[in-house]
Amino acid sequence: MPSVRFRLNGAETEVDADPDRSLLDILRGHLGMSGPHFGCGAGECGACNIIVGDRAISACDTPLWSVADKDVTTIEGLGTSERPHPLQRAFIAEQALQCGYCVSGILMSAAALLRRNPSPTSREVKEALDRNLCRCGSHNRMVRAVLRAAEEMAAG
Amino acid sequence: MNQPAPPPSAPGLPVSLAANPKLSSWLKFSSSGQVTVSPGKVEIGQGIVTALAQIAADELDIDLSRVQMIRTSTAVSPNEGVTSGSLSIQQSGRALRHACAEVRQIFLQQAAERLGVGIDTLHIEDGIISGPGNVRTSYWELADEVSLDRNATPGVTPKIATSRTLAGHSAQRIDIPDKVLGRPRFIHDHALAGILHGRVLRPEHARAKLRELNEDGARAVAGLVAIVRDGSFAGVVSETEHGAEAALNALRKGATWSDGELLPDENDLANFLKAQPSESTVIGKKTAAALCAVARTIRRQYTRPYIAHASIAPSCAMARWDGDRVHVWTHSQGVYLLRADLALVLKLPVENITVEHLEGAGCYGHNAADDVALDAVLLAKSAGGRPVRVQWSRQGEMSDAPFGAAMAIEIEADLDARGAIIDWRHSIWSNGHAARPGRAAQPALLAAFELENPFPRMVSTNPPQANGGGGDRNSVPLYDFPSWHIESHRLITMPIRTSALRTLGGQGNVFAIESILDEIAAETGEDPVAFRLRHLRDERAKDVIRAAAVRAGWKPEKQPGIGHGIGFGRYKNTGAYCAAIAEIEGAEEINVRKLTLAVDVGEAINPDGVINQIEGGALQATSWVLKERVRFDRERITSTSWTEYPILRFSEVPDVEVEVIQRPDMDPVGAGEAAHGPVTAAIVNAVFDALGVRVRDLPITRDKIIAAMDLS
Repeated sequence: MPSVRFRLNGAETEVDADPDRSLLDILRGHLGMSGPHFGCGAGECGACNIIVGDRAISACDTPLWSVADKDVTTIEGLGTSERPHPLQRAFIAEQALQCGYCVSGILMSAAALLRRNPSPTSREVKEALDRNLCRCGSHNRMVRAVLRAAEEMAAG
Repeated sequence: MNQPAPPPSAPGLPVSLAANPKLSSWLKFSSSGQVTVSPGKVEIGQGIVTALAQIAADELDIDLSRVQMIRTSTAVSPNEGVTSGSLSIQQSGRALRHACAEVRQIFLQQAAERLGVGIDTLHIEDGIISGPGNVRTSYWELADEVSLDRNATPGVTPKIATSRTLAGHSAQRIDIPDKVLGRPRFIHDHALAGILHGRVLRPEHARAKLRELNEDGARAVAGLVAIVRDGSFAGVVSETEHGAEAALNALRKGATWSDGELLPDENDLANFLKAQPSESTVIGKKTAAALCAVARTIRRQYTRPYIAHASIAPSCAMARWDGDRVHVWTHSQGVYLLRADLALVLKLPVENITVEHLEGAGCYGHNAADDVALDAVLLAKSAGGRPVRVQWSRQGEMSDAPFGAAMAIEIEADLDARGAIIDWRHSIWSNGHAARPGRAAQPALLAAFELENPFPRMVSTNPPQANGGGGDRNSVPLYDFPSWHIESHRLITMPIRTSALRTLGGQGNVFAIESILDEIAAETGEDPVAFRLRHLRDERAKDVIRAAAVRAGWKPEKQPGIGHGIGFGRYKNTGAYCAAIAEIEGAEEINVRKLTLAVDVGEAINPDGVINQIEGGALQATSWVLKERVRFDRERITSTSWTEYPILRFSEVPDVEVEVIQRPDMDPVGAGEAAHGPVTAAIVNAVFDALGVRVRDLPITRDKIIAAMDLS
């Protein structure tokens, strides 16, 4: 079995698996991660979004081979209980979810947005999250939380 | 009618406590300073666990952080039926408040004896019980000597509203940190040692039967543990999830199916619903003392399509057999009800089955959560005692789970010469809105219909009016019309599987009532807010309408292409009051710009939680109204992906403002389903205001608007 190497949340990682396998399957199956969630398997809902390089993509329709030698960040790499990312703090402060199944993917889309645009408008946040689905109707709270995190990060 | 809550000292136990009177089944104290609270209601993303923790901490006078909430399980929890119908705060909340009040009293009694002081001199602060002369003890010190293995008694008086310090205040939800930090919280993420993965094969065509199954391809897939077949039920068990998917694909290629059953014409739902055999029930009848002469009759028909629950997560369950006993992990809304149905299918006593809840994604009603649990149980039989995890596909979730029932609603209003409504007739044609497990002599679970010796397919029924009704929910007008006749026709055939979706028939009926009222007000040239206020007697109803109107600046000046509309309802006619005002923009495509809502849930235990639920309900209703419709041809469901079943996206979401009218002395009621009907009506009425066309057939798509323009 060929092996694929990449950096996962900063750690060098090597996976022996069919390189055509879905990255989500590898993350959840081989690597035992629970942050990226399976929602549709077709890149249509964003529940499994992760950051590769500096872009948020869906892991379910991304083949393993395509991340060879790249930086992969999942929600587990965004922040920790002790040091949560400003986005995570803001989502708690705004109580920006109901069931929360979509949230790990939404946080990754938002994190990628803030990396390339540290002070987005509300409209830009909505555009950045437009490929993420939320069924509970927590959209407005999530947009407020992203704006709050951006402000906090700008204030240092 | 303004119905005040019964005084807190009213005799009799709250219903959930009467059914589960043992105090220790609700809460336990540990000497280390914790209280474990064990409700029978489950977290489905609505924040109930936090609200219940607030109630317990408040009544016991302890810090919220000392409360540990126990997951519901048939092994330990009180049986509170199903978490549905916006009843959790009413049922679990009241039971817990009463139980905690009694437990507090029991501890005070014990403390008074131990400290040798009068019970009335004692005071509790964060669990420390202190009295005159600096004497003190605590719940934690007394925990081992106080037995709560006794039954609750009536006549206990919980705190009065003004003495509560947590209930009525927004507390941060206790489940949220895990969810934003990506820690395993969902059933999908729950790791069990030695877990195997299962997948079930289901036909593409509706209810087709499995004729032949060539297993060779599946047998060749690495990691295969078992192929299971029982009649038309077939599935695979594999060492890995990937292997299970691969084996399922191979099995599908080897399957030969019979023809399916004919589905209705998706473009002619009203006629289909009206033509089916049905059971008719008179829901409400009011007769006027003296009938005035009818000058004219306005007759309208409103329809809504089948709507999918469309949870973001596909349903998932795990099961592990140990001899003739089975343990099931599920995100079902009713662990005891699921257990009852599993017992029917497995022909086992319920004692052999333990059903434990783990959180799933939001379900919005009866989705495939229960179905997948039976799938896991059946597949796990071939797993040699190892646990089997089954997860449905997106396609399965969108086609095999029950849907919210399509509805055709006809209203006739007789007007007198002055335009006053003198008689009102409301008829509903719809499949039943409930086919939940655990309530009938036959199971409601999908696989049970597929076995070699199948159980008959359950045809959905409607809960009785006393429980809020089903297809007839919210069909009795809240308005003061002199006479009416309300009738519900429940289909007794069910080519498309239906069960409880948020509000059951409430959304459809409020849409119909609030639409025709708007039509009548428009014809008579009366302002729709004034028209409603004139026909209402209940001050709480009028208050939410007035509050929404004030907040939205009703009625904003007319601008081209912009419209405003109002909708009002009281969920189940006994629950939360809600008024919504929509501002929309559009011509052939509708953009909802803003929703302004006012809501009265009685005592709001966690006001921000109430706002979160109302906002969510408002946005979900916007999605239903603008976009959602289960699609099918005559053979199969075709809307099996997010492309074919689109829901509201971030770029399409309106601003939402919610005003909560706090009534701390009124019994609390749930908020999760209050907004759907009013928001639906408000959007439809705003479309009329903007475009002068009446869409009576949901969803309001471009085609429907063009069709309505052609009609007018």
